[in-house]
Amino acid sequence: MNKLPEPKQPEKLIDDKGLRIDGRRLDELRPIKLEVGLLDKADGSAYIEQGKNKILVAVYGPREAHPKHIAMPERAVIRCRYHMAPFSVDERKNPAPSRREMELSKVIRESLEPVVLTDLYPRTTIDLFIEVLQSDGGSRCAGITAASLALADAGIPMKEMVAACAVGKIEGKLALDLSDAEDKYGEADIPVALVPNAGLVTLLQMDGHLTLSEFEQGFTMALEACKTLHAMQREVLKKKYATIKEAAEEREEAEVVA
Amino acid sequence: MSATPQLPPVAKLEQKTVIDLVAKGKRIDERGPESYRPIQIQVGLIEKANGSAQVHLGKSKVLAGIKVQIGTPFPDTPDEGVLTVNAELVPLASPSFEAGPPSEAAIELSRVVDRGIRESKALDMKSLVLQKGKTVQVVYVDIYVLDHDGNLIDAASMAALAALVNSKVSKMEVKGDEVINKGGHHQLPLNNYPVAVTFAKVDRTIIVDPSLEEEQVMNARLTVTIDKNGDICAMQKGGLYGFTPDEVRKAVHMAVGKAAENRARIMAAAKG
Repeated sequence: MNKLPEPKQPEKLIDDKGLRIDGRRLDELRPIKLEVGLLDKADGSAYIEQGKNKILVAVYGPREAHPKHIAMPERAVIRCRYHMAPFSVDERKNPAPSRREMELSKVIRESLEPVVLTDLYPRTTIDLFIEVLQSDGGSRCAGITAASLALADAGIPMKEMVAACAVGKIEGKLALDLSDAEDKYGEADIPVALVPNAGLVTLLQMDGHLTLSEFEQGFTMALEACKTLHAMQREVLKKKYATIKEAAEEREEAEVVA
Repeated sequence: MSATPQLPPVAKLEQKTVIDLVAKGKRIDERGPESYRPIQIQVGLIEKANGSAQVHLGKSKVLAGIKVQIGTPFPDTPDEGVLTVNAELVPLASPSFEAGPPSEAAIELSRVVDRGIRESKALDMKSLVLQKGKTVQVVYVDIYVLDHDGNLIDAASMAALAALVNSKVSKMEVKGDEVINKGGHHQLPLNNYPVAVTFAKVDRTIIVDPSLEEEQVMNARLTVTIDKNGDICAMQKGGLYGFTPDEVRKAVHMAVGKAAENRARIMAAAKG
């Protein structure tokens, strides 16, 4: 198999004005679009675009555990699959789950476990399917943000939603929400997930090189960004229920007239 | 698909004992909250490997073996050798391990050890090249868990580093289409010495180096890998609960000192 020519490495990740390749400031998130309830068959669903990331999440459950032996007598089992579509990256990805996807499925599940009230649904499973349709760096975090929304959309009781965002280091400077190229040519990446009201960090990974003070500063930036994302998640849900309420009111009025 | 793990049944009374002790600043094996179990490191036990090390961390035992072979580089890094880290949770090590394809715990273990070595640039990948784009040395780090009594990440990370330091590779060169032995040996070129330090949160207390009994009752786990300069090169949170931001900051600071102590042990054992 011949290798396609690599996309060219950008000469500079930060320009003279302190702006990044896509024109963002160092502490700026990429444009984000959130949607909920867009799949018909799933019990809950959500869609996120963050930069060029396009990720679809579906939730099924609580439903009967299958196979039966995986059921737990005192709580629901959460199952999670993070999966990248073959066409989601520059070079076609083999659709079979890679070791990376298996690790990410685990850490994403662990980031959401603390907020779901699993003890209300013993002997069942809650299944989360995260499909990355297009990947652009930070897909595990965007996946968590969308998965929280899908869980809420499915009406699964939870303490609150989890929001996630990564901070990285490019050309020696800390930068929020790295894109694909910044992650690839940058010096560090720290994905963080936060349960904002509980003040709980439920995902924390890091690779690259950071001094202790860089970590402190970057970690704080990521936590702040998670809070911003959390507000956006709440807005989307509110909008959904406002639409449902409006529709219900219209129906009621129509009935009164009739 | 990743599913909530079924923990082996542990008597509620035993769980309570472990949790109550930690809450009082004590531990079931009489350590302090911030101390490791006794660490023993032996190197060179496997003659057929290029390097090997066995780490006893309390009752946990992990063996790491290094094999250096000839292969082709990845197309996007023609001027670098290849590093492959794999971990086997061997069924003889625990009643909860089963034969078969690697579990997600095994995959996570190998990837966390891999990240420490790769991201700290411990191995000088450029010097593994024999013929650019064609022939390179491939360094296999195989981690074999022999007895699981908790904190496999730290035991595996120490074993991997000690085995790398212990490695000897025959001098090779490419002549025509063949790789030939020049005679003599050299050490693997290492530029950094990453050490993983793992914390567990039991109830609301952070302890270092959790034993199996403590892992069975912990809320969450955090691994911080520190390089030789005291900087961070990898992190991984695990477990069904989380940490407060202050707990994370405290753990990161504590990791630096613990990593330096363990690194000194590894270097003394690997060179001795």
